[in-house]
Amino acid sequence: MADILRERERQVFRKGQEASFQIDCEKQSVAGSVSQRACVFCGSRVVLYPIADALHIVHGPIGCASYTWDIRGSLSSGPELHRLSFSTDLQELDVVHGGEKKLHAALCELIEEHKPKAAFVYATCIVGVIGDDMEAVCKSVSKEKGIPVLAVHSEGFKGTKKDGYRAACDALLQLVGTGSTEGVSAKSINILGDFNLAGETWMIRDYYKRMGVEVVSCITGDGRIDDIRRAHGAALNVVQCSGSMTYLAKSMKEKYGIPFMRVSYFGVEDMSKSLYDVAKHFKDKEMLKLTQNMVREELQRIMPLLAEYKKDLQGKRAAIYVGGAFKAFSLVTALRHLGMTTVMVGSQTGNKDDYEQLRQICDEGTIIADDSNPLELSSFLEEKDVDVFIGGVKERPIAYKLGIGFCDHNHERKEALAGFEGMVNFAREVHGSVMSPVWRLTPRKRASSTLEVLK
Amino acid sequence: MSTPVPATKTKIKKAPRPNWVSTRNPCKACAPLGAALVMRGIEGALPFLHGSQGCATYMRRYLISHFREPMDIATSGFSEATTIFGGGENLKQGLGNVTSQYHPGLIGIATTCLTETIGENMHGMLTEYRKDHTGTDEPVLVHVSTPSYSGTHMDGFHDAVRAVIEQLAESGAAPSAYGGSKFFNLFPGLVSSEDLRFLKEVAKDFELPMTLFPDYSETLDGESMMKYTKIPDGGTKVAALRASGSAAGSIEFGRVLRNKKTAASYLRDRFLVPAERIGLPIGVQESDAFFEAMEGLSGKRTPEKYRRERGRLVDAYVDGHKYLFGKRAIVIGDEDMVVGLASFLAETGVVPVLCASGGKSGAMALSIAEVCGHLREPVAVRDGVDYMTIADEVELRELKPDFVIGNSKAAKLAKALGVPLIRVGFPIHDRMGGQRILHLGYQGAQRLFDLVVNTLLEVKQESNAIGYSYL
Repeated sequence: MADILRERERQVFRKGQEASFQIDCEKQSVAGSVSQRACVFCGSRVVLYPIADALHIVHGPIGCASYTWDIRGSLSSGPELHRLSFSTDLQELDVVHGGEKKLHAALCELIEEHKPKAAFVYATCIVGVIGDDMEAVCKSVSKEKGIPVLAVHSEGFKGTKKDGYRAACDALLQLVGTGSTEGVSAKSINILGDFNLAGETWMIRDYYKRMGVEVVSCITGDGRIDDIRRAHGAALNVVQCSGSMTYLAKSMKEKYGIPFMRVSYFGVEDMSKSLYDVAKHFKDKEMLKLTQNMVREELQRIMPLLAEYKKDLQGKRAAIYVGGAFKAFSLVTALRHLGMTTVMVGSQTGNKDDYEQLRQICDEGTIIADDSNPLELSSFLEEKDVDVFIGGVKERPIAYKLGIGFCDHNHERKEALAGFEGMVNFAREVHGSVMSPVWRLTPRKRASSTLEVLK
Repeated sequence: MSTPVPATKTKIKKAPRPNWVSTRNPCKACAPLGAALVMRGIEGALPFLHGSQGCATYMRRYLISHFREPMDIATSGFSEATTIFGGGENLKQGLGNVTSQYHPGLIGIATTCLTETIGENMHGMLTEYRKDHTGTDEPVLVHVSTPSYSGTHMDGFHDAVRAVIEQLAESGAAPSAYGGSKFFNLFPGLVSSEDLRFLKEVAKDFELPMTLFPDYSETLDGESMMKYTKIPDGGTKVAALRASGSAAGSIEFGRVLRNKKTAASYLRDRFLVPAERIGLPIGVQESDAFFEAMEGLSGKRTPEKYRRERGRLVDAYVDGHKYLFGKRAIVIGDEDMVVGLASFLAETGVVPVLCASGGKSGAMALSIAEVCGHLREPVAVRDGVDYMTIADEVELRELKPDFVIGNSKAAKLAKALGVPLIRVGFPIHDRMGGQRILHLGYQGAQRLFDLVVNTLLEVKQESNAIGYSYL
């Protein structure tokens, strides 16, 4: 049984063991709890990061820029400015006298050198304390250089990662609506909340193309400033990472009357449903037919492959800990498709509705946790005798140390896990970890197999 | 001799802008990261950052990507209100929660840019905390000031080593950890877990008890486990740190530390513990200096095992010297690592045409001159630089390197230059085993030597149609 901090007791729940489901969530992390969460800055940085023809500069001491240099697996089909790391690298004297001049000079030299289509300036903790007027600097540089220069108010301490998503969306909203929408088709969409990890946006784009849907912009996977500027011309916003992008979609609905729908590209069921939902939205028989044909074609191709993996994975137990809860829904379904049971699921930033939905789709006894930490997670893995843990880089050593398989489903991943092909990759990756012979040599498995012999 | 690989992919720019205001592709991380790493090298200790949540998470991720080990770092988790009203309450709550969850023997607290800027009085807050928490199972608290706007992760590392010693070393503390026998302190700097294990083996072979600090040889390169250990086993014992003031001597690695107040200089000034500073023992000459120091402290001759290793290494240098003579290397990394590597390369015939670091101790140029003095070719030294400045420098000086030697961050540069990157130092996050690279001693040099020669032979073999069966 996990050793859960008193302050966190209401943030962990077991399905079926409490009369009413009242999880506490959307709270500041408890001091000293070793949360897996990052900060406001991280939220903004991950959302805007994939925009490949923009300059991204971190205003603050060097750490925040160092730790986010080229960490995402977001690919670009053209420019790769996003994979470079720029910082004002504030020093002691800058902190005393203010960093505005340095920021101005840094922006000017970098814009001259790299000729980006726009620049994003990320505020770090310290900027919020020393009181630099980033807006004023951005305005002045924008005027001087003739490109949008956008201040992202991402001071680390000013909330959680979610507030960082919002700050990023606020910056994006300054771009949307500034380009021409001439020639945009009536059957067009923006892909919101897909970040082109390992080329996933390209796969999704291709599905829509095959359906006859025009993709106006991808926000932000393989993103381009000019596309974002004309995004208001699209007829529909499809939102994958709802935690980060619902705010943008809602704002675009208010401002431009563009409807939006939630989609998910993970797992066979959710992927197919998402494409059908889009086709149905356009009430176009031809499009629906194209979609049906495509989905059938894809399923015929991948189902036999998945069936092979399922043979080995049937009955295995999985644990999930991800950033946003919405992805967890799809993962529970995708794992079930492979014959696996989710025995623990949690997220860094889920809300009450998210956790209620998780409760509904999970089996009895499943542990549901909000804003968990290494001690809790390791105890859940031990208690539930998990076969594979699905999470990010910070979760990986927890699983490995205990001799448990792992699948990286976070933003550093190098395998495309979205789409139909992605489901096959996901199955292959989970299979490759669960079925590896190395576990037989680890203390956990060795101990249990010895016991079997003694029987 | 192999022909140098042409730098085909290098963009030709005539005159790169000389004075950049911005930092472009940094060659450094921030100070608290180094401090957190040091704290992980104390037995039963948990690192704790006084600042906002993101710092701890980012540093955990960064360290995990190198060590591939659990790396729990707690934080006081600043919010907007904490920033305005001060972090005293968060610190108290955080320390309390960490104590009840992890039962640490020690909590190593490092500040961040946020808490340094708002002027948190760490000493006062911790004194108050200790007053209210007097139980015998309360952890020892140590703290270090690590403002991220000053210096690099290496400054954070060395400052943390000094702060811990300053706060724990006691006058006349009985060296009970070693049963009353003579012992010495060794402050190795940021080296690999394998390096630390090597140093422990040397001390054992000299039969000289040693306080190695920090020691993350086990805590950050541990075994597969049955149950999750809240704080991994291993690390320098707190009792040994307390006794460090009564050591027979201290050795610290790092020629670049000459201008810095270090743990060894503190113990010398405060407790009259003789201190010896030597370069990071990479290559024959710097390793000789280390073994000489060990002989001096122990009064024993270097064990036969190491003399044989040295002999084999020199023999290998001879066997491979033609492959290396006149080869041009760019050396990048933490300053003391760069100096050590330059010393090793220079003694094999490779010219370290550019030695660069994000650190700025002010002592790198002199240190490089000391170890590369015998070279006829010029060696450029650039401290406080970033990767794009290094790239500009390579172009401007037409350095035409044969290889780059440094950490994973140099991969982009090496790729752009069309030359191999030999991965050493920290961080290594695009290959396995960074924590198990042995850099130090004759054996470490032997492995580095084979690696460098073989990398160049591979280039020779792969870059033409002949293919060569024998080289």
